[in-house]
Amino acid sequence: MTLIDLANPTKFLSLTARVLPWLAGATAILLLIGCYQSAMAPDDYQQGATVKIMFIHVPNAWLSMFVWGVMSLAALGTLVWRHPLADVAAKAAAPIGAAFTFLALVTGSLWGRPMWGTYWEWDARLTSVLILFLMYLGLIALWRAVDDPSRAARAAAILTLVGAINLPIIKFSVDWWNTLHQPASVMRLGGPSLDRAFLIPLLVMAVAFSLLFVTLHLAAMRNEILRRRVRALQMMQASQQAA
Amino acid sequence: MTALAALIRRDIRIALRVGGGALIGVLFFLTVTVLMPFAVGPDLALLTRLGPAILWLGALLASLLTLDRLFTADHEDGSLDLIVMSRMPLELACAAKALAHWLAAGLPLIIATPALGLLLNLDAASTSAVALTLLAGTPALTFTGMIGAALAVTLHRGGLLLAVLVLPLSVPVLIFGVAASQAAITGPLSFGTPFSILCALSLVSFVIGPFAAAASLRHGLD
Repeated sequence: MTLIDLANPTKFLSLTARVLPWLAGATAILLLIGCYQSAMAPDDYQQGATVKIMFIHVPNAWLSMFVWGVMSLAALGTLVWRHPLADVAAKAAAPIGAAFTFLALVTGSLWGRPMWGTYWEWDARLTSVLILFLMYLGLIALWRAVDDPSRAARAAAILTLVGAINLPIIKFSVDWWNTLHQPASVMRLGGPSLDRAFLIPLLVMAVAFSLLFVTLHLAAMRNEILRRRVRALQMMQASQQAA
Repeated sequence: MTALAALIRRDIRIALRVGGGALIGVLFFLTVTVLMPFAVGPDLALLTRLGPAILWLGALLASLLTLDRLFTADHEDGSLDLIVMSRMPLELACAAKALAHWLAAGLPLIIATPALGLLLNLDAASTSAVALTLLAGTPALTFTGMIGAALAVTLHRGGLLLAVLVLPLSVPVLIFGVAASQAAITGPLSFGTPFSILCALSLVSFVIGPFAAAASLRHGLD
């Protein structure tokens, strides 16, 4: 089975119907293991129990960027190969990516309150994630502004690719801006070497959240395909009644 | 080449004549700058400190305001379809249109900057630094904004959607524009570093903008 075979939505639906329960089960088990390990991880000597926010925060932050990468691949699929499922994939990924980004912001802010003494710091990372969140919202607004899905798909694909080029530039400039305005006032995580006691739960949680994304994404794609079918049937019914 | 020159001449002429509305951007720039002291107070020292930021924000919003017209009018009277169907590459045509738009709507903003600098208590050196950074930076605003304008015209939705799509992309230009102006006025950083990055951003937008805008016009117009 190749990528082209999946272009048939019916084949895609039957394949995902078989795969999804297994994926969801694996996600649930890994999440349980990850949560247990995170709860059992020792407290940090400096940050105390609040360091455990990291096990939720870091996977969300990784996925917030990873999902934009997935959408960029889907955008290439829409523009270059005209793959029929690529725009479905791009559309289904946007709200999920926005949710991960939002969670990364919220958990970061909750972590910042005890550590930095403030919910919001104009730290370079926080700021660039906030701008990423705004771009997700703009993309969703673009999807919702147009009723013809294929037209919206091409516009959204172009915006996604422009965003993929611009996001590193934005990240770089925000870093630059931040070092200019407030040099080294923000405490950083304890260096590059993370202890094994923290690293293993973090990796488990990262894999669990990635599986969660794949599960949610496939389910959202199924919903989108079914939604389009319902819409097509409604249009047919309306035109028959008119005739 | 003559076709492109004709396109630029035509666009500038339309923008400057009745119904063109290119100069509304300058009026908007003036109004926003005049409104700022009402918000932050008439403290001249504070206005001097905030001056470059106020001018940059005003120019950013003013160029965003006029971007809506970049493709809409041509789409309404059908000449955009002719441009898409003509033999010259659509990317070059988009670049020519953006250049014309910048000459008609962006350049007046820079010419107006010295007068507005007086209102914000900036001295001659500071004002010229801000004007220089605007000269280097506003092309980037026009050329990246053109992507949003092309998307908006193919979707028949202008205005607010355009602003939401374009504003996050203009963050780097704003950061380096204000940083270069501040560096020229107060230091301690050298003016050259942020200014060269600002020029680089403009050059990058010359490459990305026309291609993305042409792609969205080609895919979007039926």
